Amino acid sequence: MTLEKHKYDVVIIGAGGAGLRAAVEAREAGLSVAIVCKSLFGKAHTVMAEGGAAASMGNVNDNDNWMVHFRDTMRGGKFLNHYRMAELHAKEAPDRIWELEMWGALFDRTNEGKISQRNFGGHEYPRLAHVGDRTGLELIRTMQQRIVALQQQDAKEHGDAEKNMKVFAEVTITEILKENGKIAGAYGYRRESGSEVLFQAPAVVIATGGVGKTFKITSNSWEGTGDGHALALKAGANLVDMEFLQFHPTGMVWPLSVKGILVTESVRGEGGILTNSLGERFMFKYIPDVFIDKYADNEAEADRWYEDQDNNRRPPELLPRDEVARAINSEVKAGRGTEHGGVFLDVSKRLSAEVIKKRLPSMWHQFYELAGVDITKEPMEVGPTCHYVMGGVEVEPDSAAAVGVPGLFAAGEVAGGMHGSNRLGGNSLTDLLVFGRRAGKGAADYVKANGANPVSDAAIEKAAAKIEAPFTSTGGENAYTLHQELQEITHNLVGIIRTGAELTEAIEKIADIRRRSGNISVTGDRKFNPGFHLAFDLDNMLLVAESTAKSALLREESRGGHTRDDFPGMNSTWRQVNHISSFDGDKVRIKSQPLPVLPKELFDLFDVHELEKYMTSAEIAKGGSN
Amino acid sequence: MARTLKLRIWRGDDKTGGLQDVTVEANHGEVVLDIIHRVQATQMGDLAVRWNCKAGKCGSCSMEINGKPRLACMTQVASYPEDEVITITPLRAFPVIKDLVTDVSFNYKKAMEIPAVVMPEGMKPGEPRMQQVDVERSQEFRKCIECFLCQNTCHVIRDHEENKKSFSGPRFFIRIAELDMHPLDMLRNRKKTAQEEHGLGFCNITKCCTEVCPEHIKITDNAIIPMKERVADEKYDPVRWLGSKIRRREEVL
Repeated sequence: MTLEKHKYDVVIIGAGGAGLRAAVEAREAGLSVAIVCKSLFGKAHTVMAEGGAAASMGNVNDNDNWMVHFRDTMRGGKFLNHYRMAELHAKEAPDRIWELEMWGALFDRTNEGKISQRNFGGHEYPRLAHVGDRTGLELIRTMQQRIVALQQQDAKEHGDAEKNMKVFAEVTITEILKENGKIAGAYGYRRESGSEVLFQAPAVVIATGGVGKTFKITSNSWEGTGDGHALALKAGANLVDMEFLQFHPTGMVWPLSVKGILVTESVRGEGGILTNSLGERFMFKYIPDVFIDKYADNEAEADRWYEDQDNNRRPPELLPRDEVARAINSEVKAGRGTEHGGVFLDVSKRLSAEVIKKRLPSMWHQFYELAGVDITKEPMEVGPTCHYVMGGVEVEPDSAAAVGVPGLFAAGEVAGGMHGSNRLGGNSLTDLLVFGRRAGKGAADYVKANGANPVSDAAIEKAAAKIEAPFTSTGGENAYTLHQELQEITHNLVGIIRTGAELTEAIEKIADIRRRSGNISVTGDRKFNPGFHLAFDLDNMLLVAESTAKSALLREESRGGHTRDDFPGMNSTWRQVNHISSFDGDKVRIKSQPLPVLPKELFDLFDVHELEKYMTSAEIAKGGSN
Repeated sequence: MARTLKLRIWRGDDKTGGLQDVTVEANHGEVVLDIIHRVQATQMGDLAVRWNCKAGKCGSCSMEINGKPRLACMTQVASYPEDEVITITPLRAFPVIKDLVTDVSFNYKKAMEIPAVVMPEGMKPGEPRMQQVDVERSQEFRKCIECFLCQNTCHVIRDHEENKKSFSGPRFFIRIAELDMHPLDMLRNRKKTAQEEHGLGFCNITKCCTEVCPEHIKITDNAIIPMKERVADEKYDPVRWLGSKIRRREEVL
């Protein structure tokens, strides 16, 4: 078989929101771009985002601005966020949304004809630009159509639509290639035929999304196998804070077949309430001290908030996701769950059937078709589902460059730092756009300054041998079985509530599966063979799981998406620590690194009494880094 | 709640293939895609199928189930009688790659042929003002998840490969309609090109596309028929014809 070879300035791995936005930016900077994705073009996990994209445009409440958004983001992340990423995100999000509109996106409107914005957990003002409950679809389709528009320009000017930008759909990247310590390209195979592909490029942008498929119950599609996290590790980059996973509080719980499928937070944003099997609206019991002045402690005030947000505190159903997920988990554990191990979420009492179908059309559809439940008349049963990984590739905030690997960039869910220990709903879609653009620009600047970096034959041979391995192995392990075993381990031992003993056990068991995965044998040939594909996905998930379990074992506190039963409180000293994962070729190693210190001008955006809840007295006395 | 299910799954590639009988367990509430995954994990490790979200949002798992174009993730096993054998085959309108996976590149080529949105000159980001009622018409079409079931079922191309060259299919009629009804789009003659370049005239409004749309988009009533009517108006209405001539004369003068 002759090897298929391509040369580009930039290779982008992943065609979700971040990858496509990076592609547009690099292309508009005059570079040639390859977009490589595991699925068909336009199917990436971004389509599943429902609620909206957070940007402080102030269309619904003009008190909103980037500083309020920044504060909300830091609070949501329990101040473990990389402040610079949160700052850039809050400042640039409105421009990224308005830009989408210029590319044809049609968001829902306010009466004045501006982009409408809805309430969401942890956001002080209505802030999420949205299209019903299918905002992610609008975002990805708009980006997809923008790519097509640029290709149409090339067709017109050069007679070749794919001259400067080409989509390689259904291609899996198995290795990022380096020469002389710098990025040289990427290697992989076409899923359709199993034939191998080499991309030579001095810059690679990783935009592969999340890791949900490492867990048993997840809202993620099959693509969320942590490919980018693992590729980056193997290429010598670091992952930061992999212990933080977001369990979305509301996934479907019944029937089993749909367990984990997302129920958008908009249901609560639009007035949905959570009750237990006793009919109790239990969230009032779970307002943590740090949020006590922002959330209503009684039903009357919570209900009034929907009409008058200036004079009432928010309902506790709209607490950040980590709080709500833990609350649901506690209710179920205390025996106050529903028949199928969830709690009730009800929007039917607050909104008319007509309004529900208009504002939450895909939720209505999803429950009606998959669970036989009419949400305009009856409550939904919901429970936590693994939704998002806050941890990810350690990057320079301004350029999205991966720390330690020249030529490597990362944006979107695969990048770490932006969301700290917990992401606010709606911040993901604008994260994709803000840092997708920055990664595209970062890669373009890098290529212009550095030029090509050819791949050696030795590197190609090594990458090719790895792809062939599962076909020559006679070990007899089944990739599907190992994947299920891994999911059981992560679910039971590295899940929403953790303990030191369980994490230690998990680390051993994950290592055992990793050993056995060396013996995976594949049936059939290379042509569109899911068993063969899973062998590579599994290898990535194993590295991610190891990194998560090891980071989680070290962090002896509970914060955001990391809850330790044996260390239940949040600890200000731990807030100063990032956990950095690296790969030594055999094992994932974790080291502690100081969290970048909030500079004075950002420190001063907060009431010092609020910061006292999170920071040590020494930090408060210092008052920021300057 | 478990039941034993008899399936016939089409296996093969672009050259050879046929239906294979499979017996597999099914649990309460499961959809056809769950069953395919169980077959894959236990009996046919290399059974090829496309899927992503398993929640009816991405449009990847399009196939034909008992001859009907459907999303496997949204098709309840319980919707078939206990004793019925469920036959699963790939989309018929597109070339098979392997098993249930087809080559849908036709659709991406057609997408490339529709000019993108053209914004009013000088309009800056943040400036657009549109009313909800005005965006809703296009929003209906933007719900499309590109499952291509409408393309697969449309009889203009389902069994007529030769029509593919001059016919873009329902998915792209709603794309054109969406742009045509987009409150800001400045490109004129979208309806005319729908007729002349994308084969709108081939459609004889049997509404098969609307019936299979998992997003319940009223493809025929809200996109195809309004475009057909206005194309007809512009072509045959004598007053409009005269108007266009006069305007042209004025331009000359």
